[in-house]
Amino acid sequence: MDAMAILSIFVLSVFVGFEVVSKVSSTLHTPLMSGANAIHGVILVGAIIVADHSETNLELGLSLAAIVLATINMVGGFVVTDRMLEMFKGQKK
Amino acid sequence: MSRTLYDLIGLAAGIAFILALKGLSHPKSARRGNLIGAFGAGLATLVVFFYASPSVYGKAESSLPLNNLGWILGAIVVGLIIGVPAARRVQMTQMPQLVALFNGVGGGAAALVAIVEYLNLGSEATTAQVVFTVFTVIVGCVSFSGSIITFMKLQELMTTRPVVFPAGRFVIAATLASVIGVGGWVVSALGTTPLLVLAALSLLFGVLFVLPVGGADVPIVISLLNAFTGLTVAASGYVLDSVLLIIAGTLVGASGTILTRLMADAMGRSLFGTLFGAFTAKAQDSSGVAEDRPVRSGSADDVAILLNYARRVVIVPGFGLAVAQAQHTVRELADLMISKGIDVAYGIHPVAGRMPGHMNVLLAEANVPYDQLVEMDEVNPTFGQTDVAIVIGANDVVNPAAKTTPGCPIYGMPILEVSNAANIIFLKRSMRPGFAGIENELLYDPKTMLLFGDAKSSLTKVVSALKAL
Repeated sequence: MDAMAILSIFVLSVFVGFEVVSKVSSTLHTPLMSGANAIHGVILVGAIIVADHSETNLELGLSLAAIVLATINMVGGFVVTDRMLEMFKGQKK
Repeated sequence: MSRTLYDLIGLAAGIAFILALKGLSHPKSARRGNLIGAFGAGLATLVVFFYASPSVYGKAESSLPLNNLGWILGAIVVGLIIGVPAARRVQMTQMPQLVALFNGVGGGAAALVAIVEYLNLGSEATTAQVVFTVFTVIVGCVSFSGSIITFMKLQELMTTRPVVFPAGRFVIAATLASVIGVGGWVVSALGTTPLLVLAALSLLFGVLFVLPVGGADVPIVISLLNAFTGLTVAASGYVLDSVLLIIAGTLVGASGTILTRLMADAMGRSLFGTLFGAFTAKAQDSSGVAEDRPVRSGSADDVAILLNYARRVVIVPGFGLAVAQAQHTVRELADLMISKGIDVAYGIHPVAGRMPGHMNVLLAEANVPYDQLVEMDEVNPTFGQTDVAIVIGANDVVNPAAKTTPGCPIYGMPILEVSNAANIIFLKRSMRPGFAGIENELLYDPKTMLLFGDAKSSLTKVVSALKAL
């Protein structure tokens, strides 16, 4: 991909990221941080790609370690965020 | 699967992440937002198995099924076995450190991905790819080791006070300078050894960066490291030619930066001061001098009598309440007071607990009605009409030193002004200072009564005493 396209995607994503969270009540800071934290667990995709491309045992070992860590980050992150938010929901009876 | 379809699905996942962050910003849509995010991440992970992504450096041939497929699936299962039970079983009081840990492993994963890419790239790497790899390794390692230190601070495996050693700032500055220098070495010399040296130095810098941060600032640092990890993911996306990783990583990096600022504002902290505290921190004068002044301590019966004749009571819950698992007992007390016609509200400091919003989560767990939780700005003007303020396991968030003592670690943080209430009751385990490690003048105030003991057993005694009246 050419550099200009990547730069455009990057800059636009920065603005979208700024916009979507500009006004958040402090009540939601922790779940929002936790949810954003889970989203960057998508590095799992990158870890799988490099595991696929691995040619030596060292590369494979490191990329498998990356897969384990990324899976913990992604799945654990979404699960713990859901647990937090579940409690907020329970009280609106 | 064609490249076009693969990229379109990646775009869909990117949109899911935007909707997730948007949803998480509002109480009503928060849970749905999180589920949308999980869906996007799951989708992105699934499609990667159906597309043989060409190696950007054209060395390894990829075909379906993916090479090392069994290993990859096995590693995912291991990750699930570790991650899911940890997330499901963690007590809500310990949730902040789990989030820190999850963030750290994400940063570690990004750094590992960058290292593998680099080993694979060899001499065919373009300068831009190497620069981005260096960035990912540095920031990913800092995020990893920094998060481990925040975890240890929150878990109280180490002191929560700022750790400052002589000439600390020079050591930190020197480490940072050598990280940058070695980064340049990697870019110019290309080799495995420089990269490993870089990773080691970056890990060291992460530790040194977080050590001087005081307990009260830890949530801000977690949020900042979270944004850092996002940026490393975006940088890996560039090297791996993945639009999805660029979008997802940048979104987290940007929203995480804003969130860090919002948190710092809510706590009245300067973001700059927190970030560069490492460089400016000076050894503190030991504020831990044993105070030997008289305090007024009372019994559960005294507290019950005071409450029985009150018209308005504000409960100020803190982390000590959560540690004692007394959320349910405090609700029982509140319900009992309400049945006696007393006006009851919970005054929630934005950072009550260990993180912004943490206390809301903990009280929600005990089914405390949402309308009884009053945020700081709304509850502060009402303390003048409040007969009794009960401070349960909280300390720093009501400490007047935040307003009166420039230079103390929490100076400038907005506090709950319980000193305006007619009577103050502190439920405390001991005279030990709070998380920020500073003395609280309010404890010696003549209108303050202290009830020592575990929050849960103290509250249980107060409840039965109040019932008997």
